Amino acid sequence: MFTIFGVPSAALFGQLLLGLINGSFYAILSLGLAVIFGLLNIINFTHGAQYMMGAFVAWMSLTYLGIGYWWALLLAPIVVGAFGVLLERVLIRRLYDLDHLYGLLLTFGLALIIQGLFRNQYGVSGLPYGIPRELTGGQNLGFMFLPNYRGWVIVASLIVCLFTWFVIETTKLGAYLRAATENPTLVQAFGVNVPLLITLTYGFGVGLAALAGVLAAPIYSVNPNMGADLIIVVFAVVVIGGMGSILGSVITGFGLGLVEGLTKVFYPEASATVIFVIMVLVLLVKPAGLFGRTA
Amino acid sequence: MRTFALLAGAALALVTASAAEAQVSVKLGILNDMSSLYADISGPGSVVAARMAVEDFKAAEKGLKVDIVQADHQNKPDVGSSIARQWYDQDGVDVIFDVTTSSVALAVSEVTREKNKIFMISGGGTSDLTGAKCTPNNVHWTYDTWALANGTGTALTRQGKKTWYFLTADYAFGAALDRDTSEAVKKAGGQVLGSVKHPLNSPDFSSYLLQAQGSKAQVIGLANAGADTTNAIKQAGEFGITQSGQALAGLLVFASDVKALGLQAAQGLVLTEAFYWDQNDQTREFSKRFAAKFDGKMPTSSQAGVYGSVLAYLQTVAALKSKDSAAVMGKMKSTTFEDPLMGKVTIRQDGRAIHPMYLFEVKKPAESKSPWDMYKTLATIPAEEAFRPLADGGCPLVNKS
Repeated sequence: MFTIFGVPSAALFGQLLLGLINGSFYAILSLGLAVIFGLLNIINFTHGAQYMMGAFVAWMSLTYLGIGYWWALLLAPIVVGAFGVLLERVLIRRLYDLDHLYGLLLTFGLALIIQGLFRNQYGVSGLPYGIPRELTGGQNLGFMFLPNYRGWVIVASLIVCLFTWFVIETTKLGAYLRAATENPTLVQAFGVNVPLLITLTYGFGVGLAALAGVLAAPIYSVNPNMGADLIIVVFAVVVIGGMGSILGSVITGFGLGLVEGLTKVFYPEASATVIFVIMVLVLLVKPAGLFGRTA
Repeated sequence: MRTFALLAGAALALVTASAAEAQVSVKLGILNDMSSLYADISGPGSVVAARMAVEDFKAAEKGLKVDIVQADHQNKPDVGSSIARQWYDQDGVDVIFDVTTSSVALAVSEVTREKNKIFMISGGGTSDLTGAKCTPNNVHWTYDTWALANGTGTALTRQGKKTWYFLTADYAFGAALDRDTSEAVKKAGGQVLGSVKHPLNSPDFSSYLLQAQGSKAQVIGLANAGADTTNAIKQAGEFGITQSGQALAGLLVFASDVKALGLQAAQGLVLTEAFYWDQNDQTREFSKRFAAKFDGKMPTSSQAGVYGSVLAYLQTVAALKSKDSAAVMGKMKSTTFEDPLMGKVTIRQDGRAIHPMYLFEVKKPAESKSPWDMYKTLATIPAEEAFRPLADGGCPLVNKS
């Protein structure tokens, strides 16, 4: 056993793995944000509330309908995604021609309303949601005890990120999406229904947030404020990765999870701020973010 | 017929005369966090408890006219103290109950002293309220940080859990709990192996838990509160920490927190509280009536404390037939109350209410017979040992005498 800066290597590997797990959540959430920003030019501040709704839909379907975790993984993104589609059609659509700031204010206000409603109904101390039976227990990796569920989170997140990247970069649908981002008028002229494309994209981005919510429900406290705490960090991740860059948001998501994990070993007091320090540094050196293009 | 009317008239005159003579009207203010992170610990449930106390005391028959007002202090000391000021100055409130959140409780305590009213704390935790910041107008009814640290720290160490490691929320409250508990542990012959400070409101505790696991300490003390505590406990279950023999000790945990976690995640957790609904016939009877009025939720210790302190106040005012603050405080400090929920309660010179505290362990899911069947009692901490000794608090009221 060797040590690195006075920390046993085993402990360090453990922390790196944990960082990767947290990075999975950052990656899925920032991916959704990046997709939405890339196509709609909307800074979706409701993302945290939608993540929370995902966790709540999982809890509700278990409590009221007896539907377990695996179906919730499918159901929650659909339900919350449909809610997102509704929001886009009724409200967000009206702001596309205005400055980013208006979209930010609208979605921020919506987030406060949604969180307030859930808080009134379910209180603040949270609701119990267990780990599915198939994934309880864990593996002894020698350097740490890895709960099976955490392993699953990494796998699931990688699959989702790769799938999204694959769809957007290699399929015809993805090509339409990218083209509509570049020049919506021209794409519309080719007979592509751009408004529908945009609505569905928003619904998809929101669905990703809900999926992250379901993944988080068994390990984090399911309470109305769970998204508000996380969303600020995720925004920093998106800014560092470059607004609207899909690959950038995924890589930065995992990368910052690792950095945060290391900070928790060497100087835990700073673990809440380290991401913002990095954000400041990145913005000073590369204002468009690590993977962003300057317009 | 005529005689009957005469008699009836005379009786009526008598009744109204005695009522007019003895009628004392008091106004109680319930001030706490009604909507945010402590709303499930006190919140609207405390108002329900206060109303039940007024009904159970049969205040009207004893010549008391009781009004209850309530407000949300939003966990902000400035909001709390301005509500208190308005209540005392304009709304004729005589006494304020509950007040969760230590910083708000300290602010209300100042206003109460200035206006010479009475403040009976249940939800607020800091032991400064009966220590350095004590006033002649405070009664601290339910628990305080010293009692929690002492209960959990001392009792566990004496049971042979000698080595401790702390997960500490990185702000004043966490540091105080950490410090007090470390002292209690060392005094009982234990040893503190280390601690890790985490930022307030951390969603992920796995990293800190792994460090705590690596320390091989027998007990992991959680010097934090609310969502930080529930997250840490939930994830400790996931990493198999309790199953592998390390015990978790929650230093500020209420029944509502355990309910939120579920027994699967919270099992084995050791904690100190002043009250649990399923202790004896009286607590069960009260709790079932409470639940019937409050969405089926059992009372927390903080809500039970509001019930007890309202009863004690009403009893004193009814006995004195006066609500003069100095007289009521003097009488309360010389009375032994028979609180149906916490047993015999006496109030010390510094305002500390003295009663037994209990060390509980959260049951395994298999041991639980109903949704609210959550705790088993590990130890009863006798009243005289449960709270900080009078001389150690540094309360100026005590030094003067």
